[in-house]
Amino acid sequence: MDAITRFPGSVLRSDRGGSVLLGLLAALALIVPVLNLAVPESSGLHLSTYTVALLGKYLTYAVLAVAVDLVWGYCGILSLGHAAFFALGGYAIGMYLMREIGARGVYGNPLLPDFMVFLNWKELPWYWHGFDMFWFAALMVIVVPGLLALAFGWLAFRSRVTGVYLSIITQALTYALMLAFFRNDMGFGGNNGFTDFKDVLGFDLHKSSTRVALFLLTVVALAGAYVGCRYIVASRAGRVIQAVRDAESRARFIGYRVESYKLWVWVASAVLAGIAGALYVPQVGIINPSEFSPVNSIEVVIWVAVGGRGTLYGAVAGAVIVNYFKSYFTSALPELWLYALGALFVLVTLFLPRGVVGALTARRKRGSGVSVQVAGGAG
Amino acid sequence: MNVNAVMGRLSGRSKSVKPFRTSPLLEPGEWASAPDESHGITLYVEDITVSFDGFRALNNLTLYIRPGELRCIIGPNGAGKTTMMDVITGKTRPDSGSAWFGQSIDLLALTEPEIAAAGIGRKFQKPTVFEQHTVFENLELAMAGNKSVWRLIVATLTGAERDRIDEVLGIIQLGERRFERAGALSHGQKQWLEIGMLLMQDPRLLLVDEPVAGMTPQETERTAELLVSLAGRHSVVVVEHDMDFVRAIAKTVTVLHEGSVLAEGSIDQVQANPKVVEVYLGE
Repeated sequence: MDAITRFPGSVLRSDRGGSVLLGLLAALALIVPVLNLAVPESSGLHLSTYTVALLGKYLTYAVLAVAVDLVWGYCGILSLGHAAFFALGGYAIGMYLMREIGARGVYGNPLLPDFMVFLNWKELPWYWHGFDMFWFAALMVIVVPGLLALAFGWLAFRSRVTGVYLSIITQALTYALMLAFFRNDMGFGGNNGFTDFKDVLGFDLHKSSTRVALFLLTVVALAGAYVGCRYIVASRAGRVIQAVRDAESRARFIGYRVESYKLWVWVASAVLAGIAGALYVPQVGIINPSEFSPVNSIEVVIWVAVGGRGTLYGAVAGAVIVNYFKSYFTSALPELWLYALGALFVLVTLFLPRGVVGALTARRKRGSGVSVQVAGGAG
Repeated sequence: MNVNAVMGRLSGRSKSVKPFRTSPLLEPGEWASAPDESHGITLYVEDITVSFDGFRALNNLTLYIRPGELRCIIGPNGAGKTTMMDVITGKTRPDSGSAWFGQSIDLLALTEPEIAAAGIGRKFQKPTVFEQHTVFENLELAMAGNKSVWRLIVATLTGAERDRIDEVLGIIQLGERRFERAGALSHGQKQWLEIGMLLMQDPRLLLVDEPVAGMTPQETERTAELLVSLAGRHSVVVVEHDMDFVRAIAKTVTVLHEGSVLAEGSIDQVQANPKVVEVYLGE
C-alpha cells in the first residue's frame, strides 16, 4: 500500500487508471501509423493526416493538463497562467522552425525570417542566435519556461502568496506576456507570430510520415509525463506536497520547507507545459500571442476539473473530451462554444465534483462494496 | 525546516550548546534530542510575566519540570495555562523572566520551529492530522530527519524508519488502522494519531493541551494509559479541566491562578489546600 517507488515500473503497480491510459496510448501508437500510412486513401479505414495532427494536438493538450493537475490537484496551487509556459515552449521551437526555413521564405533572406525583412530589420536580434540549432532550441524549450517559473515561484511562494491571490497574479503573468508578444519590436513576429514552417530536422512538415512521427513523439511525451508525474506524487516528497495542499501551516510546523516544495513542483510543471507547447507548434503549424490569452489558461483548468483533478489520468481524459467537443462545437455552432464551456464547468462542479473519472471509479467501488473515498484538498 | 540548519543556528546562538549531530538522517535511538539535564531539571520557567494590554496573563510564573515527569496543570479559565504553553513553544514572547530547556537551551532566543526541533513537542486542543493521508503516512510525514525535496523525491523508508513507525503505531494502538485515511478515524483516534506524530519527532518534552476534551469515557481511559506510558521516556505536561482524568494520571499537580502558581503537590494535597478550594475546586 505505501508505494515503494524506487523504480518507475513499480509506480504503476496499484495504479489502474494509469495502466489503462498507457495501454490506450500504446494502442494509439500502433494503430494510428498503420491507418494513416499503410491503409490506402481510398479505403474507408484510412485515417487522414489532418486527423493525425488533430489527435496529436489533443495529446499535447493532455500533457499540459497533466502539468496543471500536478500543481493544482496535488499541491493546491490553482494556476491560471499555465498557457504562458506552454506558449513559451512553443515560441522556442517556433524560432527554430523559422530559422529552418532559411532562404525559402517569401523574401528569400537566408538569415532573417520574413517578418524581420518586412520590418526592415538588417540584423538578427541577439536572442535569435543559436536557434538555428535544434539542440539549442530544444534546450530553450525547457530552460525558458523553467527559469520564468523559478523566478515567479520564488517571489510568490516566499512571500506566501496563496489561494486566489496567486491565481490572479498568474493571470496577470500570462496577460503581460501576451501584450509583450503582440508588440512588433519584441522580435517575435507581433500579432502574426510564426507560421509557414517548412521542415523540422530536414523532414518535410507537410509529409504524412513526419506528422505521424510527431504524433508518436507526442504519445511518448504524454506517457513519459504521466509516469514522471506519477513517480513524483507517489514518492515521499509527493506525500509532503499533498500535505501542503491539505494543511500548509501544519506541514510547515512539522518541519517542511513548504516554499521549497511548492517551488520545485511549480518549476517541474512549467517545464512540462513548455514541452507540451514545443510539440504543439509543429503539429498545428502556427504560434502567435493569442496562445498567451488568459482564457486559454482557464480552459486548461476546466479540462482538469472535467476529467477529475488529483488523478493525472483524469486530466488526460478531460483534455481529450473537452477538446473533442470544442472541435465539434466550433465548427457546428461556433457562437455557442464559450457558453457550452461555461455550462460544462458549472455542471461538472455541481454534479461531478471529482470529474468524469471520479464518477466512474466511484461507481465501480460502490459496485464492489468498497467505501468511496472523497477527493481531497482546498483549491 | 532542515534539522541541521536549526541545529547550526542553535549552536551559533549560544556557545554553551552541546554539539548536535550533523548526519543527514538521524538513526533511531539517536532521535531523542538531548537537553542538558545534569541538574535534574528538563524545563525551567522562571519569573515569567506576560501582559496583554495591561492584563497580566502570567505574573512571575515559576515552574520546574523534571526528566520523565508527568505533570498536570489545572486552574480556572484565564489562569494562564495556554499562555504558559505559548511562551514555552515560542508563540508568545514574555515581558520578563527566563525559560530554559535543560541547562543550555534558552527558549526565549529561539523561533517556534527551532524549539520544536530542539525537542519540545506540543499537541493542540483541536486535532490537526492530515485527513487525506493514511495513518501510516501521517506518521511518516512527522518523522524526524532530512526533510528536503531532493532527498524525499528519491528516498524510501529504511528498515529502521519503518520499525520506528511500527513502534509508534503500537504505542498509540492504531496498528490495525495504519492504511486507513486519517479523516476516517474517530475524534479520540485522531488525538492519539497526533500524539503519535509528536512521538515520531521523539521530543524530550511533550506539552499536551486538553487531551480528553470531547472524548468518550473509554477513549479518556485509553488516553490516560497512553500518557502514563509516555512518562519516563519523555517529560509530559498536561493541561486539563477534567478532574477525574487528572486524578487518574497525575502524581504532581500544579494549580495556576491569575498567572502564577497557587499550589503544587499531589492531587490530595492540592485538593485539601484551602486556597485552592476557594478559587477553583470549591466552586
